[in-house]
Amino acid sequence: MSVFADLFSVFRTGGQSDRVVPPTGYTATLTLFTSGAMAFLAVFALALSMASGRLADRWGEELAKSVTVRISAPLEQVERQTKATVRVLETTAGIATVRVLNTAEQQALLAPWFGPDVPIDDLPIPKLIEVIETDEGFDAAGLRLRLQAEAPGAVLDDHTRWRKPLTVAAGRLRALGWVSIAIIGGATAAMITLAANAALAANLQVIRVLRLIGATDGYIARAFVRRFTLRALGGALIGTIIGMGAILMLPQATGDRIFLTGLGFQQAQWFMPLIIPVLAGAVAFFATRAAARRTLGRLS
Amino acid sequence: MPDSNRWQGTNRVIQLREAGYSYGERALFRGVDLEMASGSFHFLTGPSGVGKSTFLKLCYGDLRPTEGDVTLFGSSLHDMDRDDLAAARRKIGVVHQDCQFLDHLSVEENIGLTLAVAEQDQLKSQANLKELIAWVGLAHRANALPPELSGGERQRAALARAVIMSPDIILADEPTGNVDWEMSQKLLTLLVELNRMGKTVLVVTHDLQLIRAAKSQVQARVLRISDRQLQLAGADL
Repeated sequence: MSVFADLFSVFRTGGQSDRVVPPTGYTATLTLFTSGAMAFLAVFALALSMASGRLADRWGEELAKSVTVRISAPLEQVERQTKATVRVLETTAGIATVRVLNTAEQQALLAPWFGPDVPIDDLPIPKLIEVIETDEGFDAAGLRLRLQAEAPGAVLDDHTRWRKPLTVAAGRLRALGWVSIAIIGGATAAMITLAANAALAANLQVIRVLRLIGATDGYIARAFVRRFTLRALGGALIGTIIGMGAILMLPQATGDRIFLTGLGFQQAQWFMPLIIPVLAGAVAFFATRAAARRTLGRLS
Repeated sequence: MPDSNRWQGTNRVIQLREAGYSYGERALFRGVDLEMASGSFHFLTGPSGVGKSTFLKLCYGDLRPTEGDVTLFGSSLHDMDRDDLAAARRKIGVVHQDCQFLDHLSVEENIGLTLAVAEQDQLKSQANLKELIAWVGLAHRANALPPELSGGERQRAALARAVIMSPDIILADEPTGNVDWEMSQKLLTLLVELNRMGKTVLVVTHDLQLIRAAKSQVQARVLRISDRQLQLAGADL
């Protein structure tokens, strides 16, 4: 009997054959609870992975933005040091574009703190230069040395250097989420295998009777596989719904607090947890099928 | 050793050749040669513990001989895989002394399960099922669970389950072991009726009175396991 035929038989109502395996027993509760609990945990692992992914993407995007060089020099030297800095930057490998921010742009940057009418010309505001890196990036240490020599008032605000490890960390957190899901899947398979083995051992009389009346191993295995697959599917569906509800009830936040409170799904990502019951059913199907075939082979 | 040539037909449904069975070092019987022709009626008797039930299990492939060979419908048990064996069992109806039912299913469901296993046409089978349950006199107990039945009712239900697929062979292990004489007679009558329909019947029993009663109704061969050999029982019965 092929895997596809067995899989098809899980969702085909088979009349009496559905009732061959006694419906009660602790294995039923165990399978239902295990798959429900594991699905609940899997929802959180998936949410963690999604949130980490968004964080990594956000930080990655920001990495591609400008690096800033700030000219903090006495007023009469600002113009000269700015030109010297631009010259140095334009001749540095790994820098794609260099642009000196004009007064209006600087005023816009200060507006959130001082309002739109700040008299920027009357204040000793440092000059800002926006630098866009190439994909290869530049040698920050070498650039600092050259700037120190040519324009002592130039300060390279190299924020990419502290964001990069954070991006790597976020990426690893995302991977950790997927690893957690794999571990949860493995643990579910192990527990359902144990439950299926226990059910098979407890129903040796059922197997004996079925063999007596001419049932093939495929028929007997399907009766157990169907029972366990549907239980796991049902349990996982309940666990997933509860998990999604719990995620939905987490406090929402934006901005800097998003890392701590942004655990969850956004837009179409809300459909992703729905695959968890399907995976749980598949895990139960293959685990029970293997356990049943092993047991039936041993009993012959 | 039985003289099988005396017996009718050449259409042998079960054949044993030099067959023997041992549990570890302990041999129950050995060197058994037997051919059961289609439509024949056999009794197997002997004291307790000589291997009558083991012999019966060889006849439907629940056990394989530890020596020699058993052939079902022309195929050696040694050459049959589990699916082949399942297919052969659908042509053999077995009635056990303890009946072996699924206690969570009703009498009707237990009997009908054989049809479900063989994936028979449901509508046609349902009619046959009702008819069969009535034939064994259990129409009023169709929805009862097996533990609710009396010994005789259980045996009749087991017989109904054994014959619902219209098998070629009926094997019965002490079918009258737990029932009174009147019920034994009824069961015997059912088995004789089945034999008249052309079924091969092998009944394992230690009830010599039943054998004597049967011999007046049907031409039956009586076998006995004694001294680890299968013998043809004679006039002492």
